Amino acid sequence: MNFKPLLLGACSAVVLCGIASAETLTIATVNNGDMIRMQKLTDDFTSKNPDIKLDWVTLEENVLRQRVTTDIATKGGQYDVLTIGTYEVPIWAKQGWLLPLDNLGPDYDVNDILPAIRAGLTGEDGKLYAAPFYGESSMVMYRKDLFEKAGLTMPDAPTWDFIADAARKITDKDKEIYGICLRGKAGWGENMAFLTATANAFGARWFDENWKPQFDQPEWKKTLDFYVKLMKDAGPPGASSNGFNENLALFQTGKCGMWIDATVAASFVTNPKESTVADKVGFALAPDTGLGKRGNWLWAWNLAIPAGTQKQQAAEKFIAWATGKDYLKLVAEKDGWANVPPGTRTSLYENPEYLKAAPFAKMTLDSINAADPKHPAVKPVPYVGVQFVAIPEFQGLGTAVGQQFSAALAGQTSVDQALQNAQQLTTREMTKAGYIK
Amino acid sequence: MARNVSSQRKIVNTVVAWTIGILIFFPILWTFLTSFKTEAQAIASPPSLLFFDWTFENYFEVQARSDYFKHFMNSVAISFGSTLLGLIIAIPAAWAMAFAPTPKTKDVLMWMLSTKMMPPVGVLVPMYLLFRNTGLLDTRIGLVMILTLINLPIIVWMLYTYFKEIPGEILEAARMDGASLAKEIIYVLTPMAVPGIASTLLLNIILAWNEAFWTLNLTASKAAPLTAFIASYSSPEGLFYAKLSAASTMAIAPILILGWFSQKQLVRGLTFGAVK
Repeated sequence: MNFKPLLLGACSAVVLCGIASAETLTIATVNNGDMIRMQKLTDDFTSKNPDIKLDWVTLEENVLRQRVTTDIATKGGQYDVLTIGTYEVPIWAKQGWLLPLDNLGPDYDVNDILPAIRAGLTGEDGKLYAAPFYGESSMVMYRKDLFEKAGLTMPDAPTWDFIADAARKITDKDKEIYGICLRGKAGWGENMAFLTATANAFGARWFDENWKPQFDQPEWKKTLDFYVKLMKDAGPPGASSNGFNENLALFQTGKCGMWIDATVAASFVTNPKESTVADKVGFALAPDTGLGKRGNWLWAWNLAIPAGTQKQQAAEKFIAWATGKDYLKLVAEKDGWANVPPGTRTSLYENPEYLKAAPFAKMTLDSINAADPKHPAVKPVPYVGVQFVAIPEFQGLGTAVGQQFSAALAGQTSVDQALQNAQQLTTREMTKAGYIK
Repeated sequence: MARNVSSQRKIVNTVVAWTIGILIFFPILWTFLTSFKTEAQAIASPPSLLFFDWTFENYFEVQARSDYFKHFMNSVAISFGSTLLGLIIAIPAAWAMAFAPTPKTKDVLMWMLSTKMMPPVGVLVPMYLLFRNTGLLDTRIGLVMILTLINLPIIVWMLYTYFKEIPGEILEAARMDGASLAKEIIYVLTPMAVPGIASTLLLNIILAWNEAFWTLNLTASKAAPLTAFIASYSSPEGLFYAKLSAASTMAIAPILILGWFSQKQLVRGLTFGAVK
């Protein structure tokens, strides 16, 4: 008798039962180092939760944003856990697209989350709508050796005047050393993240209390003038097409004296495997102009549950695992404390082992704490967000204004013209969207 | 009589052809070379063309991080499936337009082509809703259907031009001999148009293989093809060029090899009818 078919049938029945009992979570995430590490540590979660399987969808940030937005806006239900930024959380929570994270378990310790980060993820009803996976601010990274050579000392909290002066002194264009590298590539998450945060330090703001655009005010002119002149004197050539990655490459190959950007860059520039200047980097707070606000931003990549999911409980379990305290310990055991996702929990910054392994830890924490998304500018504003304005229209607006400013940096238009265009297009869009009556 | 080509002219032609060829091929070559560099070398300026420490590290890393084979099989299923389905629909359609034209045939052809003039993102939301309501999101069948529809105008147009070259008298003769319509298309028309059909097939497989809007937006994990595989290696934070290059090389290698082997068919099909 031929047993083969019977055997095959029995096997497939067993397999089918196995599939039926395991719940599969589809997790959408960005392709950043910390997320990739989380993906590699999946086994730890599945061994603790054998009834849950994880299916990862990793994508580039802009592709991810487009796809996840389409899915959530149409309640497509393709994903059970989303990785979203601080910009999306308040907007999506207000739309009712996210489920509140009320049941992350007794060990989760919500109060341990850094207050500045938590404030950005809490809805108007006081509930947490996303859990931070890692947080970041911006700060100055500088070359200690070049500063020493020029006879300069970087203060912990520098002013923009000092930064500009130092940048011009360090610059040696013949040797391809540029005093300062700043973002110039157009985009709401590229040059406008930097410029919006910098404008806060110069006393500028996007909108007044009645949503009237403020690009025609002297503060914006001062900001943009300062930036364009400084980059012309002490910036690298072709700066108008430099974003985070381009500047990272320049800094790592020793071509920048200073770089003001995301705190997460600290672990890249101090990594001897990637950086030729790993042992020569110092850190300082983002500069100010004495008006009471620093140009440091606040961002976090967070995990959230879309309202369309059928697997809320399993998704909550996963988020509690990935953003909990034990996860930090797990990463430290496997890859060392320097590689732990930073910027989310107070307890991490009280851990002596972490402080020893990460020379940039204190500056990161100070930078995050110094950011105030609810009161980002010197003057009062009607919006939330330091380096962005948390309204759905901002992606389009920010990029359009960013193109104007990038053109001014490239010398294709004047600063005045760029500001005038920015004012016009912002007024038009805001009127169309109904903010300006 | 063959033209007399002087040897000097020949050299000039060869040099020009090689220059154009290398220019066109250069980005692919560069991607290939970058995939063997370390991340730091990939961004080094000035870049080194050949003299760097060759490493397979990126390929191992890509292999460890994502399931290449799954994405590859999805790409194969989607591109071959949509092209074959497209041909089954397009051969009769092109036959009708080439051999039984009506005064409106040109308009129909133009209308078919006009569907390609709209930017796809314009219909993203309605398509997404249709897919969601019919349960086709993240399925191979859904992607085969949409890619068939997208490439159908091109398939019909290409086949129409090839069929026009075939003398209608031959089909008439077959009909006189008592061949039915189906037999006429399968046994008479198709064999004569093989070079044209083959190049249409190949070109559409390539188009479907590289289609990166719908395949990215309508899939999540189960049906995600190689385009999604590449998209997962670009990053806004941190260096990624070497790994992205390795992923791209792995993604285009199969189609490049297919193109290489079928080069003869492709060229013959594309110049079909030009020389009689």
